[in-house]
Amino acid sequence: VSFLRTEDSTRPWKGGYAPYDLVKELCIALGVIALLAVVLTVLFSSPDDKPSTITQWSHELPADFTTAATKELAGTSPTAEYGPPYNSGTASVQHAAFLNLQEWLGVSHPISTAYDFVINPLKTIPNDPGLRKAIAEYEAAPEKTKKEWDEAFATPLEEYAKAVEEKKTPPSTVVVNTTTDGVTVKAGGAGPVPTMMTGLLSLAQSGGVDGSLLTSRQFYQTDYTKPLLFMADGGLLAERAEAQHLLGKQWGLMNETGSYPGQPWLWLYALWYQVEPFKASHNADLLVLLMMGLLSVAFICIPFIPIINRIPRWVPIYKLIWREHYRGPGARGHSSG
Amino acid sequence: MSAPPTRPSKSWTVKIRERGVEALPPERLLPDGQPTYVASWIYVFGVASIASLMVIIGSGCILTLKGPAWWHVTGIGHFFNSVHMWSVELFFFTMVIHLWGKYWMAAWRGGRAHVWVTGAVTFLVAVPAALTGYVSQQNFDAQWISTQAKDAMNSVGVGAFFNLTDFGQMYSYHVLLLPVVVVLLVSAHVLLVRRNGVVPPFELHERMPAARVESPVADGAEASSGGQS
Repeated sequence: VSFLRTEDSTRPWKGGYAPYDLVKELCIALGVIALLAVVLTVLFSSPDDKPSTITQWSHELPADFTTAATKELAGTSPTAEYGPPYNSGTASVQHAAFLNLQEWLGVSHPISTAYDFVINPLKTIPNDPGLRKAIAEYEAAPEKTKKEWDEAFATPLEEYAKAVEEKKTPPSTVVVNTTTDGVTVKAGGAGPVPTMMTGLLSLAQSGGVDGSLLTSRQFYQTDYTKPLLFMADGGLLAERAEAQHLLGKQWGLMNETGSYPGQPWLWLYALWYQVEPFKASHNADLLVLLMMGLLSVAFICIPFIPIINRIPRWVPIYKLIWREHYRGPGARGHSSG
Repeated sequence: MSAPPTRPSKSWTVKIRERGVEALPPERLLPDGQPTYVASWIYVFGVASIASLMVIIGSGCILTLKGPAWWHVTGIGHFFNSVHMWSVELFFFTMVIHLWGKYWMAAWRGGRAHVWVTGAVTFLVAVPAALTGYVSQQNFDAQWISTQAKDAMNSVGVGAFFNLTDFGQMYSYHVLLLPVVVVLLVSAHVLLVRRNGVVPPFELHERMPAARVESPVADGAEASSGGQS
């Protein structure tokens, strides 16, 4: 690395020494920092907003839940079309030039949204012959027929969601009963889908979907990927996040619920998402991470980067740091040996 | 009585001990004096970073002893979670000021580039150490952060083996794997500071000094000097 070496006249210190107690200094620092942390705790505490559940989602936003569930069944939800590591979709696959890291690493957490989020939970409902028949009819139908049923049921729900978002009068094809939190969708040609969605909404409101998405082949479970992805496909998490200034456009990467500081050290990471060409790019996450990776390597290599490693000599902040030293005798030309 | 055992000439133990003592004799490892130029408040932020890390580990150990759900249901648990959170904020705050201070001192001079590198890498490893804590909180913040940040992890393929929505995996990273890496890096950083000493001030008559990195001199004459991290 000789080509990286530039002139460095820094020589070992030959000057004086002052008494110093390293252990005492560390103990005092520990006491001060611990006290500061306790004072901040007493003054501000820390945030702990309760997590959302699928039960809560299906009660508070039953139409949104039904819309999301229908998309999961139809394979048109963000998770269903995501791509690796969940499935073979392409909607959320990012690449830059020859870098296709997401595809190279493949599907490591396989998720079939139709079965994992809808059909398998429905199969846990006992003693409902009508629902059993609807599930069997759906599973036995050709893909083309399934698609027609899904679209027939999803279309009025999407029109309803659009009207709600634009604060217009919702179409009469979707009726939400605010007393029972039930949803009625007037959709012709939807086959068994209305029966299935009514069953899933009831199951979710009773807490059954929360449990069934965590069920695995073993008793203990710590992987919340499925329920989190299902909820993220709906509107409840985003609604809560927007109210708490946690969206990406709100620099949410740095924020936490309430007025707490969150992760302010991610300010530079969050910054790139606010500016072009990252802001509008389909590959924004990958491009931002590559940029941060490049900057991180540069940060580590600052001692080796010409000009950057000389700026501290040109900007006289060091005169402020070592002002006592420069005031002293023999500072000029003898400070470092 | 038998004669004392002779020292095996190729003993790994002896070699490591001799090299250790040669690199860091006790008076340099735990000095009782420091160069007179170490006289600014900026020097406090290095030791403050270490103190913050100690509070983080202490409060984190208490939270770990009681399990991840404890702090949600008890006042004392919430207290220690708050101390943990604020000590993390203090850790990053003091570390960033420490890094800026070292930049403006060009603290990599005189063969100290590896000191800078270990400090910078510590900062970069501390970021995922904190992130895994945020997604292990088991509250709405954890839900939102994990579902949003997963896209970035997935975009670079990391999501295949580092799943932010898997609480069990993130908790393991947060309470063991990443803290161990941070502590090892900080330990290496501090030992390197002790070995090389605090970078001396620029000489005022210098015109264009800069960093000749990896200097073989390595400030050996500072063997008895002190200095802060």
